[in-house]
Amino acid sequence: MTQQIFAYISHKNGSADDSAFELIVAAKKIDSSASVTAIVCGAGAELDAVCTAMAGVYPEVWKVANPALSYPNAEILRGVLVNILPAGAITLVPHDTFGMDLSPGLSIKLNAAFIPDVVGIEGIDGANLKAIRQEFGGQISTHILCDISAGAVLNVRSGCFLSDDSKASGTVVDKSGQSGDCKTKRRFLEVVAAEVGDVDITKSDVLVSVGRGIEDQENIGIAQELADAIGAVVSCSRPIVDAKWLEKARQVGTSGKTVKPKVYIALGISGSFQHMGGIKGNPFMVAVNKNPKAPIFQVADIGIVTDLLEFVPELTEKIKEMK
Amino acid sequence: MEILVCVKRVPDTAENEIVVNSKGTDIERGDLVYSVNEWDNYAVEEAIQIRDNVGGSVTVVTVGDADAEEILRREMAMGADKGILLSDDAFNGSDGKGIAAILQAEIAKGKYDLILTGAQADDGAAQVGGMLAAMLDMPYASLVNKIEIVSDKVIKVGREIEGGNQEMSEIDLPCVLSIQTGINEPRYVGIRGIRKVASVEIPVHGPADLGIAAGSVGAAGAKVKRVDYFVPPMGEGAEMLEGSSDEIAEKLIELLKSKGGIK
Repeated sequence: MTQQIFAYISHKNGSADDSAFELIVAAKKIDSSASVTAIVCGAGAELDAVCTAMAGVYPEVWKVANPALSYPNAEILRGVLVNILPAGAITLVPHDTFGMDLSPGLSIKLNAAFIPDVVGIEGIDGANLKAIRQEFGGQISTHILCDISAGAVLNVRSGCFLSDDSKASGTVVDKSGQSGDCKTKRRFLEVVAAEVGDVDITKSDVLVSVGRGIEDQENIGIAQELADAIGAVVSCSRPIVDAKWLEKARQVGTSGKTVKPKVYIALGISGSFQHMGGIKGNPFMVAVNKNPKAPIFQVADIGIVTDLLEFVPELTEKIKEMK
Repeated sequence: MEILVCVKRVPDTAENEIVVNSKGTDIERGDLVYSVNEWDNYAVEEAIQIRDNVGGSVTVVTVGDADAEEILRREMAMGADKGILLSDDAFNGSDGKGIAAILQAEIAKGKYDLILTGAQADDGAAQVGGMLAAMLDMPYASLVNKIEIVSDKVIKVGREIEGGNQEMSEIDLPCVLSIQTGINEPRYVGIRGIRKVASVEIPVHGPADLGIAAGSVGAAGAKVKRVDYFVPPMGEGAEMLEGSSDEIAEKLIELLKSKGGIK
C-alpha cells in the first residue's frame, strides 16, 4: 500500500493515552508492513515528554507545538491536521469524546472517507478497506467496505486492538511551522469537574446497578432494597440519569464514573460499550435482563433471563430470610 | 433565533429485539416499531426552549421516505413551527456524507443561526453533525449538554467529556451542535397534540429542488458501504441460570456468597 498511515495521539499531563498504544496495532491490521507515523500536538514540556515516549513506540513522530494547542480543541486541531497531512493519508483517531468532535469534519475537509467507532479491521481489498462496526447498542455487527483511495479517517474504539508492546527508536520531526494560524470560532473556556454526589460508587466492593429495564422511577426501590440486604451501593447506567431518576454521581460508564468493584449486579442493563467501559478490574458480574440477546450476557459471568421486577424482590426476600 | 433541527426515524431498540435476516443483508424490519431517534428529541426540546426564551422559530428536517413524515409531525406536536421532508429514491443508500450533503443543500436555501442534531443514533455513527458543519464552514461542538445564549452572535456551550466532566466553550453563530441526552427533559407528546398538526402541510424537497446532482448522493455516491449484518461472535458468554425463580435465586445467593457479594 502506498498510502501513509498516521495515528493521532491523545495525551494529558505529559502522558499518552492508552489509545496511543492501540492505534499502532490497528494500523498494522490495515497494512502489516506499514511505517506508522504518530502525530502529537500540544505545547511546552508536556508535549516534548509525550513525543519522546512515542518515539519509543512509533518509527516516526510528528510534533506540532503551539500555545494554542495546550488544550485539545478539536476545532483548532482539525485545521492543523488538514495543513500537515499528505493527500491520501489514512488517519487513525481514538473514538472518544475528542475523536467524535474532530473526525467527521476532518474527513470532509480532507475529502476522505470516514468510518467511526471501528471495532475490527480485516484488511485491504483493492481500493477498499474492510472494517467491522457495531450498531444497535452492540446487538448487531456490520462489515463495512470503505473506498480509501482518497484517504480515510478511522475512529477506533478503545480496547479493541490490544497493545502489542511495539518498540521503536523513532525520530521526532518538528512540523510546528506548518500548523497554520490556529484561529477558531470555538474558544475553550474551562473544564467543569463532575459533581460529587452523596454516595461514592467507586468505593463500594459490591454494586447493584440499574438500567432502562427498571422501567419506572418507583422501581428503583427494588434495587435499593436488594442493595441494602447485601450491603451494596446502587449505581446505574446513563438512561437512568437522563431520566433524572438517580443523580449523575451514580452513573457507571465512560461518561460517568469508572468503578472497580468485586461484584457487579446489572439489573436491566443491556451492556453498551460506553457502560462497560466504566467497569474495570474484571468483577464477578451477574446480569438480569428480559432480553436473552442483550450484549451484557456476553461479558457477564452469570446470566438470568427474567423479569427483574418480579425476580429481584423474591431474591431480596430470600436473602433477608437467610440472615 | 432561527433554529433548524435535523432528526431521524429509527427502529426503537428499547422496544425491539434486533434480528439479522436470513441472508445477512439487513435486520428484520417487518415487526419493528419506529420512532424519533432518542437524541433528536432532546435537540428539538432544546430548540423549543431557546425559541421560547429569545424568540425566533424552530424548523425540523429529516432525510427519509414517506414514513419519515410521522416523526416530523411528532416533533411539530412538541412545538416545532415547521417541518421539511427531504425525500427521493435517489437519496436511498446514502452514507453519512451523503446525508450531510442533502441537509447542506436544504440549509443553503434558508438562513439559520443555530443548527442542531442528535449526538448519535442507535443505527448510526455520530457523524452527520460534524460533517455538516465542515461542509457549511461553520464551527461545531459535539455531545453538547448545556447551551447558554450570550448574544445573537455568541453562545456558550458545555460538552460532555470523559468522566462526566463538562468542557465549556464559547462558540460564534451560526454554528452546528450535536446534542447529548440529559441536556433537558423532552416534553411528552399526546395523541391530541399530534392530531393538532395532522393537517399541517409538510413540504417535500427532492434533488431538483435542492440542486443535488444525480450520483453525488445515495448508494452511487457512497464511499462507505455496509456489506452485511451479523451477530457478533459470542465470547465465552455468561453461565445462564435456569429453573424456577426459586431455584435460580438460591443458586445465585450461593454464588454471591462465595464471591463476597453478600455482606
